[in-house]
Amino acid sequence: MSNLLEINNATLKFGGVVAVNDLTFSVEEGEVYAIVGPNGAGKSTVFNLISRFYDPYAGSLTFGGHNLLERNADSVADLGIARTFQNIELFDHATVLQNLLVGRHRHRKTNLAQEMLFTPKVRREEKRHREAVEEVIDFLDLQPYRDKMIAGLPYGVRKVVELGRALASGPRLLLLDEPASGLSVEETQDMRWWIDDIRKQMGITVLMVEHDMGLVSGVSDRVLALADGAKLAEGTPQQVQSDPAVIEAYLGAGAA
Amino acid sequence: MRIHFKTSYEHDIRLFPDWWSFFVYATLIVIAVALPWVLDDFFLGEVTNVLIWAIAGLGLMLLTGQTGQVSLGHAAFLALGCYSCIIFMEQGWPFLIAFPAAGILTGVVGTIIAIPAIRLHGIYLAIATIALSILADDIIVLMEPITDGVSGKFAPMITIFGIEIERWTTPDRFYWLVLVVTILCTLAYRNLLRSPLGRAMAAVRDSEVSATAMGVHIARTKAAAFGISCAITGLAGALMGFYAGAFNNETFSIVISITLLMMIVIGGLGSIHGAFFGAVVVAFLPQFLSMTKDLIGGSSVAIPGLETGVFGMILILFILFEPMGIYGRWMKIRVWFELFPFARKDMFKRQKSYLKTERLR
Repeated sequence: MSNLLEINNATLKFGGVVAVNDLTFSVEEGEVYAIVGPNGAGKSTVFNLISRFYDPYAGSLTFGGHNLLERNADSVADLGIARTFQNIELFDHATVLQNLLVGRHRHRKTNLAQEMLFTPKVRREEKRHREAVEEVIDFLDLQPYRDKMIAGLPYGVRKVVELGRALASGPRLLLLDEPASGLSVEETQDMRWWIDDIRKQMGITVLMVEHDMGLVSGVSDRVLALADGAKLAEGTPQQVQSDPAVIEAYLGAGAA
Repeated sequence: MRIHFKTSYEHDIRLFPDWWSFFVYATLIVIAVALPWVLDDFFLGEVTNVLIWAIAGLGLMLLTGQTGQVSLGHAAFLALGCYSCIIFMEQGWPFLIAFPAAGILTGVVGTIIAIPAIRLHGIYLAIATIALSILADDIIVLMEPITDGVSGKFAPMITIFGIEIERWTTPDRFYWLVLVVTILCTLAYRNLLRSPLGRAMAAVRDSEVSATAMGVHIARTKAAAFGISCAITGLAGALMGFYAGAFNNETFSIVISITLLMMIVIGGLGSIHGAFFGAVVVAFLPQFLSMTKDLIGGSSVAIPGLETGVFGMILILFILFEPMGIYGRWMKIRVWFELFPFARKDMFKRQKSYLKTERLR
């Protein structure tokens, strides 16, 4: 297997705060890779680096042979990187279907003039987008909510819609920022199956940040533990969970 | 209650969800076309005014309602559309070329102005665009050799394939012209809404961060919104010039900008219907007020600021009690009837929205 995403010696500072400190890791094609760590460890910051919302202070980010640092935040999606957000960033005043269709934006092939006239090409493309979106709706059981406004949906459903929007873009790498936070036990279980299926059926590589260790050890192949922006441990879920440094970071010295 | 059984993707894509709504809008258009035979010239003029305001409202709605960028500078674009169309015609261009050219010119200028302006958000963008409205007045005076400054210009006669159209002598033809432009603008707007760019605009409005993550180029989308919005506004401006017959630097003042913005808020932000509902309020309010004054016998008493006062009060009432505007109220009434007797009182209660990630601006 080859490395899909490589992060080498990435460092990010906010003023005097070192959010990510000389971090190196790589994600292999087809695996589920989880990042764990205490609050403020820099997990979401790593995501924002990959999404190019932040510029690293030093280091390199490579995705499938492309240098991510040469790209703007909006052209990262073109490479096939899709993400969700920790606190759900959906388009509130649009329906579920429209939200998922925005996920297809990177496949837009028509221009402004064609869209204003709604030429046959736009119509053809629209059908193609809708086919792709409908598959995602089927996969995530979102049929009852298809035409509902996001503003009226419960939290758990929004979480799934956000996953759906990321899937609709047909990504190679899926970044999930705390997919199970705020979900009930059943919903977390569903999420676990979906992540499994995303990897096995769709062949999409998943990089996720998660606090729920049950979910992490259930789905991920490898786990990276972060503390204060630096790598603490890396390995299988069992290795990381029993690593003395990780236990110390979570529970304090002496617990190990 | 109507239930849509969707059997193909076409159901979602086409303009009308079912035959019933096609029938409703077709009837509306037939009535609109037949209006000159029903109404006298005065009321036909008023309806024409409503349609022109509606076109301008559509322009601003695309920017403010759909893309979430507030502009108080649209009077400047109305002026640009108006002056450029009439100056083109004075150069001997036929109306059918001068009119679209004025729209395109206004759109291009709007896009150029947008490039620095889209870095601003919310209230800052509103303030920056206010400057445009104020500047437009001065620029028109300064460019006197072209614009005739304070003395103003007179709208020439429109000729399309030998048919003469003038606001006062042939109000019916002028009305039809405005109606055609209204329908075309509405269609273009509707087409945008059902295609990727329209959705990208809504995405920019609701969450710039996740729109970026989905591959939407924020600046380009905002610039496109500005461009299309200004182009439509420019067309409305040109029609306003023909409607007024004469205009000068004070015709398109900042008050027009504010009225336009209030209009789409009262009508209902983010919907095509809203632009039309708002236009009806804005265009009929002065007439309605003077008629009520006549009715209660106070026609001889001048009350300064009555119009703006009433207008402001209506706006405050809407923001307090119906933030979704007239269109929002209309939807609620419709749903109530469609679901009768199952509509619940708190059906439209908004759920509290959840914490958003810190904005990465």
